[in-house]
Amino acid sequence: MVGATVLIAAPPAVAEAPQRVVSINLCTDQLAMLLAGEGQLVSVSRIALDQRVSAMASEALHYVINAGRAEEVHVMRPDLVVAGVYTSRDTIAMLRRLGIEVVQFDIVKSLDQVRTRILEMGDALEQQEAARVLVARFDADLAALREEKGPLNDAPRAALYYANGYTSGENSLATDILHAAGLRNAPAEAGYDWGKLPLEILALIDPDLVITARRYPGGSRAEEVMDHPVVGALRGRGAALTDQDWVCGTPFVLRAIRDMVDARRSVDATKAEIGG
Amino acid sequence: MSRVTIPLTLAVCVLFMASLLIGPAGLGLRDSLTALWQGGDEPVAMVMRQIRLPRAILAMMIGASLGLAGAAMQGYLRNPLAEPGLIGVSGSAALGAVLAIQTGLAAAFTLGLPLAALAGALGGVVLVMGLAGPRGGALTLILAGIAISALAGALTSLVLNLSPNPFAANEIVFWMMGSLSDRSMVHVWLALPLMAIGWVLLGTLGRGLDALTLGEDAAGAMGISLSRMRRVLVIGTACVVGASTAVAGAIGFVGLVVPHVLRPLVGARPSRLLWASALGGAIMLLAADIAVRLILPSQDLKLGVLTAIVGAPVFLHLIFKTRKDGI
Repeated sequence: MVGATVLIAAPPAVAEAPQRVVSINLCTDQLAMLLAGEGQLVSVSRIALDQRVSAMASEALHYVINAGRAEEVHVMRPDLVVAGVYTSRDTIAMLRRLGIEVVQFDIVKSLDQVRTRILEMGDALEQQEAARVLVARFDADLAALREEKGPLNDAPRAALYYANGYTSGENSLATDILHAAGLRNAPAEAGYDWGKLPLEILALIDPDLVITARRYPGGSRAEEVMDHPVVGALRGRGAALTDQDWVCGTPFVLRAIRDMVDARRSVDATKAEIGG
Repeated sequence: MSRVTIPLTLAVCVLFMASLLIGPAGLGLRDSLTALWQGGDEPVAMVMRQIRLPRAILAMMIGASLGLAGAAMQGYLRNPLAEPGLIGVSGSAALGAVLAIQTGLAAAFTLGLPLAALAGALGGVVLVMGLAGPRGGALTLILAGIAISALAGALTSLVLNLSPNPFAANEIVFWMMGSLSDRSMVHVWLALPLMAIGWVLLGTLGRGLDALTLGEDAAGAMGISLSRMRRVLVIGTACVVGASTAVAGAIGFVGLVVPHVLRPLVGARPSRLLWASALGGAIMLLAADIAVRLILPSQDLKLGVLTAIVGAPVFLHLIFKTRKDGI
């Protein structure tokens, strides 16, 4: 009886939208900035300001910046914290102990998961309508981009080659970006998943297009491998760079796909020149 | 020519070939040798000429340099514990190299990196020899070496941690342990000029070191200038260690183990030991570099890990011996 009374007396099961949201992860920062209502998002992480990895660095300037520490987040009195699954466990546990609701978002491994993540963020922020609109636009733009590509079997063979000789293989957002742009991921087809791709193997795979990562300031030996004469010779045929649009599963991956479509076109043009 | 020269040279040749034929690409013997010989734009030729050849050449050059420097230092200081890695010369060379990379000096002009490493090595070797005194007593030498190694290591880590580059901090281990993975002919040309100068300088020390075994007075009577020898040794060591460290990081223990193993075989003549140690150093580093490719091919195991596993027991053995001799 008591329970029933409470049920009747309580407001409908629809939860109230969180009023003060803090994001402490680069990717949730961007999804939250895209979907949050006026004044709903209070703070984003420091990394959101870094143009090299953040696609929304200038937007991030409008928010309070946090370094992702439990103490400073608590002081902001948020009613919701959005974070990634790999955000420090201790921070998440501390926030939950302090009675703050934390929603964690998994990393994105495919274009399909970009849609999922947008909808999840919409649910978390109670902005389902905005999320649906964003997904619809994403789907339409993606479909338009996909229309332009030819069959994948005779597509140019691309290789992703990042600092320290790392690559991204099957089941990665990067591979989906390549496929959507009409490119094949050659190391993935040779059986190299996420991890180190030996330089010798890269040379033997002999890709049409080498995609390296944009540099950070201050040198490092890790990035020096992208200057190796072998990489240079391969890049001579076709080269492209990954940038901030590749980092997170947000609608900005469409820009990455557009860049790769351009890269594919220039490879096709070079091939046609040599062939003719 | 001593009787160890021929077997040592043969071993260097065999290991050099092995180094060329081992790698993740798993190429056939005939294909790889043809590609190496003929060159061209084919993938196999690129693997052989641009990836494996520089790696093998560098292992040989750097091993020879470290062996030579170790033998020369031990001969001059008449102390079997003197070794560029152990007494902090490699560490200070690494500091110079890291500073050059982080300040942009390395990118500004071609020889910026090896020259900065040379400056670091020079600073380290001058400091350690100044601190150890003219006779280079075992205790003071090792104490000075520990102090300089620790300081250079700490400053290297500090510079890398302060770098705006997120990868830099992870490279502390490379600069302390050394690696030859993914090097190119560019690195060979970068290191060669300084190394060649160092080889020539250290090579001229043979006669003086032989004379020095009879004592300083006797050497002086034979017309050997100790202060001149000291200058040549300092500059020569700094050249070879600086150039080695600039391209491959600080690789320890080669200069300690190799002269120690070869000394009985050359009749303890320092002049013979110099060249035998150069060959021995090349053997040790080629072997270590092949081993890191076989043990953990995908992990980029650092060379210094292997040289230390071999070198540390030899070091302990030397300490016991020095203690027994009451030095």
